[in-house]
Amino acid sequence: MSTHTSALPVAPAPPAARAVPRAVRRRRFLVGVAEQSLLIAAAIVFIAPIVFIALTSLMTTDQALSPRVWPEPFRWSNYADVFDQAPMLRYTLNTMIYSTLATLGMLVSSIPVAYALARLRWRGRDFVFVLVLVAMMLPPQVTIVPLYVLWAKLDLVGTLWPLIIPNWFGDAFSIFLLRQFFMTIPESYLDAARVDGCSELRILLSVVLRLAKPAIAAVALFMFLLTFSDFFGPYLYAGDEESSWTLSVGLAQFRTLHQVQWNITMAATLMVMAPVIVLFFLSQKAFVEGVTLTGVKE
Amino acid sequence: MSLAPASDRTGRPSVPADARRRARRRAQWRRRLTVLAFMSPWLVGFTAFFAYPLVSTVYLSFTHYDLLSPSRWIGLANYRYLFSQDKQIWPAVYNTLWLVAILVPLKVMFAFGVALMLTRARRGIGFFRTVFYLPALAPPVAATLGFVYLLNPATGPVNGALGLIGIEGPLWFNDPGWSKPALTLLLLWGVGNTMIIFLAALIDVPKHLYESAELDGAGAWRRLRWVTLPSISPVILFSVVIGTIEALQLFTQAFVASTIAAGSASSAGDPANDLGYPEDSTLFYPVLLFQQGFRFFNMGYAAAMAVLLFVVSFAITLVIVRNSRRWVHYAGGGT
Repeated sequence: MSTHTSALPVAPAPPAARAVPRAVRRRRFLVGVAEQSLLIAAAIVFIAPIVFIALTSLMTTDQALSPRVWPEPFRWSNYADVFDQAPMLRYTLNTMIYSTLATLGMLVSSIPVAYALARLRWRGRDFVFVLVLVAMMLPPQVTIVPLYVLWAKLDLVGTLWPLIIPNWFGDAFSIFLLRQFFMTIPESYLDAARVDGCSELRILLSVVLRLAKPAIAAVALFMFLLTFSDFFGPYLYAGDEESSWTLSVGLAQFRTLHQVQWNITMAATLMVMAPVIVLFFLSQKAFVEGVTLTGVKE
Repeated sequence: MSLAPASDRTGRPSVPADARRRARRRAQWRRRLTVLAFMSPWLVGFTAFFAYPLVSTVYLSFTHYDLLSPSRWIGLANYRYLFSQDKQIWPAVYNTLWLVAILVPLKVMFAFGVALMLTRARRGIGFFRTVFYLPALAPPVAATLGFVYLLNPATGPVNGALGLIGIEGPLWFNDPGWSKPALTLLLLWGVGNTMIIFLAALIDVPKHLYESAELDGAGAWRRLRWVTLPSISPVILFSVVIGTIEALQLFTQAFVASTIAAGSASSAGDPANDLGYPEDSTLFYPVLLFQQGFRFFNMGYAAAMAVLLFVVSFAITLVIVRNSRRWVHYAGGGT
């Protein structure tokens, strides 16, 4: 843009011809300002719900029903009241059991499957991959009736096992995501290990796992979040058994069951959101890479 | 290990050739066993938790079954009831189609718009990306509760703000005409995932295409129309299809919003009647399926509904898988 002051023999273009006319520059500036303002306005709209939830969670009961926006005074004890209203620790413990066991099981079972789909050659592989895609995309409601009957016959309705156990046998979405990543590992790495006489299991454990760390982290994060936030599953299987409720189930029943006010409800809401937000900031990079991996890339 | 030369085709039963053939066969078996071992979790899982229930759903759809007494074959009665008698099925289908027709395009356009703005941001792209992405992570129950409060007709801040500028806000989740738009606002707030995918695609559009278009005198609008949109068309297709699949399974937000909104309208709410509140306007197909199967224990009928859902989703899935070559194989560009 600006004039070249280097001593290099650049084509001697007259600076006047290269400079952008002032009118164009001004228009660009104004368009830039407009775009930036729009972006900021949109960002405010996106943040506002969280801010209002947080503010309400600190109000007194009466104030939460009034049109005033700023808590006066800040009532931090609302957060303690949440624990009096509902067995939040029990819910948290159940949620952690569900999320942790499901995530661990998913990793142990899905990684080898994804590796076999991505890097081993065998007949029927493409067909199996299509089946994985189909299983991933069909709504869970399609198979929910017989599954419920199955778990009822095994006497596991009322617990979270019907949600944990299937994850120990491969999760379609995780398999898909891991496969996509395993495909990008250069063949030469694997061949080098094969020439050294490594078995496929050794290759998977010592080469692939090390190279695929970001993808594995992303898949684990997604599974943890999905199970942490899951409502349909825990509500369906543990809905009648309060000792098995997760945070999502407890929160959904919170207001109706305990007849509590909006300020306490919003404190509980924020408490359920908080772990996710913290987790995001701790692992932002893995998240964004993972989401990008799910999408189309050309 | 499988480098045995392919020259022993002479068929002569010489000992070394025989041994070699056996060795090769053993290696082949070992490879097959490796594949089998690696695939075994999926084989068990797919059979027990997908294939079997799928077949069983079809069988149950021809029966009357309430979990307690044995299932009784009733032929097509469930389907006849579904297509001609059930008064709730048409609201449920209509509501779900409403989502597909209105929510999905809105969501895709919104995600695209936000992503486009982000690519043009002067600074702080990381900050803005976080702001737009984060709500997508909020657990659906928590996000829904938050929105039921924000959109509370009497005390919520949204109607409070509207009141300040002289607009009388609608009843949102308590008005059959506004409950779906209110849900749409909630779901648009969680647009982050789609937005990130668009952002990645937009960044990948080759710069030289824009430059040559600019040299040809194309303005901003025509560059968008003739360079950006064609370049990211696979992503648009992908997000429309994924959005449609998500719309077909919408459950949690509708369930929570209707029970909470109904609960605050009348404190003595019967949870079975709360679904779809108000006036079946949030009774989406999966909500009705849940109600029939797990509130009324009409499991045979719920199975029939599931079969219909399967047919529709399978048709959509087929479209994706058919077109998947365009994204699945390009992704990563490996082998």
